[in-house]
Amino acid sequence: MESLLDYESLRLIWWLFLGVLLIGFAVMDGFDLGVAALLPVVARDDVERRVAINSIGPVWDGNQVWLILGAGAIFAAWPAIYAAAFSGFYIALFLVLVTLILRPVGFEFRNKIADPRWRGFWDAALTAGGVVPALVFGVAFGNLLQGVPFRIDGDLRVLYEGGGLLELLNPFGLLAGLVSLAMLTTHGAVYLALKTEGRVRERATAFIGIGAPVTVLLFLLAGLWVAFGLSGYALVGEVATGGPSNPLFKQVELRPGGWLANYAAHPWMIAAPVLGVLGATGAWLATRAERPGTAFVLSASGIAGIVATAGVSMFPMLMPSSIDPVSSLTVWDASSSHRTLLVMLVATLIFLPIIVIYTGVIFRVLRGRVGPADIQSQSANLY
Amino acid sequence: MSDLDPMSLSRLQFGMTALYHFLFVPLTLGLSFLLAIMESVYVMTGRAIWRDMTRFWGKLFGINFAMGVATGITMEFQFGTNWAYYSHYVGDIFGAPLAIEGLMAFFLESSFVGLFFFGWNRLSKLGHLTVTWLVAIGSNLSALWILIANGWMQNPVGAVFNPDTMRMELASFWELMFNPVAQAKFVHTVSAGYVTGSMFVLSVSAWYLLRGRHRAFATRSMIVASAFGLASALSVVVLGDESGYGVSEHQKVKMAAIEAMWETEPAPAGFTVFAIPDQQARENHAAVTIPWALGLIATRSTDIELPGLNDLVKRAEVRIRNGLVAYDALERLRADRGNAEARATLAAQAGDLGHALLLKRYVDDPRTADDATIARAARDIVPSVPPLFWSFRVMVALGFFFIGLFAVAFWRSCRRDFDHPLFLRICLWSLPLPWLAAELGWFVAEYGRQPWAIDGVLPTFLASSALSVAQVLFTLAGFVLFYSSLLVVDVILMRKYIRIGPADALRPPSAPTSTPSATATSAAASARTRQPASAA
Repeated sequence: MESLLDYESLRLIWWLFLGVLLIGFAVMDGFDLGVAALLPVVARDDVERRVAINSIGPVWDGNQVWLILGAGAIFAAWPAIYAAAFSGFYIALFLVLVTLILRPVGFEFRNKIADPRWRGFWDAALTAGGVVPALVFGVAFGNLLQGVPFRIDGDLRVLYEGGGLLELLNPFGLLAGLVSLAMLTTHGAVYLALKTEGRVRERATAFIGIGAPVTVLLFLLAGLWVAFGLSGYALVGEVATGGPSNPLFKQVELRPGGWLANYAAHPWMIAAPVLGVLGATGAWLATRAERPGTAFVLSASGIAGIVATAGVSMFPMLMPSSIDPVSSLTVWDASSSHRTLLVMLVATLIFLPIIVIYTGVIFRVLRGRVGPADIQSQSANLY
Repeated sequence: MSDLDPMSLSRLQFGMTALYHFLFVPLTLGLSFLLAIMESVYVMTGRAIWRDMTRFWGKLFGINFAMGVATGITMEFQFGTNWAYYSHYVGDIFGAPLAIEGLMAFFLESSFVGLFFFGWNRLSKLGHLTVTWLVAIGSNLSALWILIANGWMQNPVGAVFNPDTMRMELASFWELMFNPVAQAKFVHTVSAGYVTGSMFVLSVSAWYLLRGRHRAFATRSMIVASAFGLASALSVVVLGDESGYGVSEHQKVKMAAIEAMWETEPAPAGFTVFAIPDQQARENHAAVTIPWALGLIATRSTDIELPGLNDLVKRAEVRIRNGLVAYDALERLRADRGNAEARATLAAQAGDLGHALLLKRYVDDPRTADDATIARAARDIVPSVPPLFWSFRVMVALGFFFIGLFAVAFWRSCRRDFDHPLFLRICLWSLPLPWLAAELGWFVAEYGRQPWAIDGVLPTFLASSALSVAQVLFTLAGFVLFYSSLLVVDVILMRKYIRIGPADALRPPSAPTSTPSATATSAAASARTRQPASAA
């Protein structure tokens, strides 16, 4: 037990938890984002739009907490990442915030006034609230893989040189954004195929046939780009995995194709990209076989695989610096103190299972599909 | 430092977004418990009117809740976006309560709030009641953890400076959790939220009674609101935030500033009811003082002395000089990580390191500061007195007014007679006052914390991100425009649903039809026909 909870192990555990929380967000809130983004694709009139919206109506709020918790956990366990990433992606995060804010108010306000212009406005707002965060989170990952232009001074203050919104929207960043958008809209369509009835379900099912293969293709394209077009960042010299969280105490080197080094050193890590490809493909096949429940599980697995691929490719890097590689933030030098990681581990081990249990209970209570008939019979209770 | 530097703009943005967020939080805190109480009565008595009350007030709760959730996301993200050095410097401690808030409270509240709105037909009576209570408990637990985080900014206990990581690190989670300032803040803040919720129900119900509408509904709502409101108003004042003000040095500065108490007075100090504080001359004009009152309120004793601002500035000067010893040791340690003497010196004086950082406002290397600069930095620990003095007094006066109003309401509810037009009008026009009191209280707590981001540890001017003026101006303007538009929509919808009233609000705004074109036209038609009905 002693050795399991040393500083190095706690950092590894929190790297895993970071992955769990990001995957939790991408799987749970991901289908809410996807459904919102697909509103103009799957719904043609007010009743159909309400079918789509109400399929996520009772659950999107709880799902969004995965994002809040993810950010809170990064703050608590990886404060250096919180400081560097959030201030670096400043304008991009502002756009995400604005569109995310449009979501709760959009859901709540939309049905309060019957005027079609009012509803049309909130439909557009909800769509933006799905597309923009899905795209920007992917763009952020694309830029992490390339390195971000910051340096860390002697006081451990983060200083940026460039890195504005337009620089983030570079070709590889955009490709990563499209992977994320394709993945989450497909996931949203899989959810709609599982939870709705009628025309919305038919259109969502048809969309999966495009979205899933596009996700796989874009993901493979990004993989080729990482292998042949990008340099990886690697620690060199002696690495203090249990030392103080000060990024300036290490040496870093750029290596072309270096993000593939982990797969050569630890072949089991190939499971992550394989899961990404098989999950998305499987969701498509299961949809064709009219097994929407299986499709949802496979789509969620595919998301887990794709997010994990970014994580294991970069390990132990978390946020490499393109202008001053020594400033790069890694699993070994960007974490909280041993005590904080331990306290947060205990809190997570107590509360995360409880959250999973009551989320399960809530989805059970809400089981069944939403169709046009429900919208008409219970209009006042619904969004 | 001009007012247009990124740090000042970030402060403005944080203050503005927090102010907006805090328009919605108190009502969520209070209304969630009122809903739980109303639904409990429904489950115990089986009377449908109590279910309709829960659902109607729940509808208004929903509009407010959405705004609270929406504006809350910004608050968490801003620590990283605009206060990156703060996030690095204290994230090890400050991040933990925020993350635990998510794990323990916000997940609970947000997951079950969906079932509150959508679960009426899917859950048993008792099942739905449980859901409502879980939402109320979740929202209040959420406030607990946020205030533990905020309390630590006011009184940073259980933390030590680590020179190897150049940041504060957690020494005792226990001390962080049971910080007396945080506990006092929690009780005070949630009670203020209950007053806000009660006033909201009281005022809207009074409006119905004045119009002679929904009498059975409004009378019952007022009974609940007056009892809950009286208890909460007493709790807000009696368990006031001031009880936490004696515990640390800067909390003492804040209290002395709130009281415009320049000189230390013999215990027990008097409470200055009225004065015109003069920051330059460091004295008050036209002061009216109640003897003993402040000493009794603040220290709960007759013999504990409260230090005045001038003495606190002198103490700060001593701490700056001690801090310079720590700063010098830190610099030597950074040059040679093996220097054991420097490490020991720093450890002994680390508590005052933050005071040396105050000098960075004037000099790059605090060790080069002369005596005049040190004296100037020491004076910086005093926040601007007049706004604190007056905000606090208005807030306290409102607190006593709430006790009076809810006492009258409670007395009337015991007699089952609310039909007194003047009383009803006072209830109606008092609607904005709890929000005013809450915003003022928040202002006193956070503006009074200046110049510190973390009391005695990290000055605000060092805590911000390295952003450009253009970046922060863009987001500041964006938030002001965006939030103000949302607020207007929020108020319009609230008014609309209050006017529609409980009977019609639980029906859909239009009867949906199956064909799209018919939907659009009938919706427009129904929107038109509704106009005169809601104006009536």
